[in-house]
Amino acid sequence: MDIKVLGPGCAKCQQTEKVVKEAVAETGVSATVEKVTDIRKIAEYGVFGTPAVVVDGDVKCVGKVPSKQDVKKWISK
Amino acid sequence: MENKCCAANNEVMILACSGGSNVGQLSNRAAVELTQEGFGKMYCLAGIGGQLKGFVQSAKDVPVIAAIDGCAVGCAKAILKNAGIQDYNYIVLTDLGIEKNKNFNLSDEDITRVKKAVAAACNSPKTGAEASKFSRVVGCCG
Repeated sequence: MDIKVLGPGCAKCQQTEKVVKEAVAETGVSATVEKVTDIRKIAEYGVFGTPAVVVDGDVKCVGKVPSKQDVKKWISK
Repeated sequence: MENKCCAANNEVMILACSGGSNVGQLSNRAAVELTQEGFGKMYCLAGIGGQLKGFVQSAKDVPVIAAIDGCAVGCAKAILKNAGIQDYNYIVLTDLGIEKNKNFNLSDEDITRVKKAVAAACNSPKTGAEASKFSRVVGCCG
């Protein structure tokens, strides 16, 4: 599973990365978590703002820090 | 997307039909100016219409949407309905008494009327230059 956290690196983006990594660790899912900070690459996803989370190419949330429960749902399917 | 940090929690997403008439182009011009004045941020309605995931999810997650249709045909409304988005502020420019035609020489007076209507629909106290004082785009992690 390929998970991308989109965000240039502010507190919310870092918090999102932390939540995602914790969710992956707790569920034991095999996944890579990549932080995308390049604004041009972020723009390719068409998101209105950051942070955003993308799971296997599917944008799951935009402009907010997701709950760990939500992330677990996304990666358990 | 702007080269700035996180979205503000109260940022307004402005969606204009941008259609092929005076009122469509008025919606577009008002959206551009409201963005430039810091009231909100214009976003790509076509991306939502194309059901591109990043655009649809962005519209679902943003707390405030101002959707501007030029006329009662309601293209923006239809696009949002197809995307499953129900909660938004909605303005139809012909409802403001602006007649739909093919005169693309837009008047400053009409643009101002539209901006005021959008701001009123979003319960903002000011438009135009005053909007900057009440800016909803508050920068990094607002």
